[in-house]
Amino acid sequence: MVSPIQISKEIDARGSFCPGPLMELIRAVKAASVGDVIAVLSGDPGSIKDIPAWIAKANHEFLGMEDAGGEVKRFIVRKTH
Amino acid sequence: MSEKLAMIVESGTTDKLMAASILTAGAAAMGKDVTVFLTFGGLMAFKKGYEQAPLVMPNEFKGMEGMLSQTMQAKHIPHWMKNFQDAREVGNVHFYACSATMDMFDLKKEDLEPIVEDVVGVAYFIKEAEGAQTLFI
Repeated sequence: MVSPIQISKEIDARGSFCPGPLMELIRAVKAASVGDVIAVLSGDPGSIKDIPAWIAKANHEFLGMEDAGGEVKRFIVRKTH
Repeated sequence: MSEKLAMIVESGTTDKLMAASILTAGAAAMGKDVTVFLTFGGLMAFKKGYEQAPLVMPNEFKGMEGMLSQTMQAKHIPHWMKNFQDAREVGNVHFYACSATMDMFDLKKEDLEPIVEDVVGVAYFIKEAEGAQTLFI
């Protein structure tokens, strides 16, 4: 049984151009507390590869990506350190 | 994998400044130390008042300035300087001005955007670029 994820903060980066959504996510993760779950909405197709790559590189936890209407995806990450 | 990216930005045309700025932002995001050496056209683009400077395209894209400017507004594509500023905010990124270009165009450090840290010679850049992936743009 997976407990529901509480999103601490959601960033709307839909109007943001590559690499804007990633940069906005990095800023939010930096400002967050360890354990917080951050979501970012992005319509930049580059984000599909970029955001998980950054999460892996920065050693945070990628909780998933979901469709958020049209081309928009919601990426969910937990700050681990 | 090299943990450093070194970039020589020689071109002052908007297409290449955009490419250089996006690469810098991406490299900084991925945890690389980035050193940007600004020379010739690349350095002229960092003069104060860059916000008012018109879009400049190289010969192969001549005539596209108006269309590109409209597209950038419509799609909210940020100014290349914003990408460089974001890069510096998220990572370890340094901008240096080429002393020879400064001398050639009678530029002073105060004529440049404050994002440019220092005026250095090529030897300093080469030292900073040791062990780095290096690009000439």
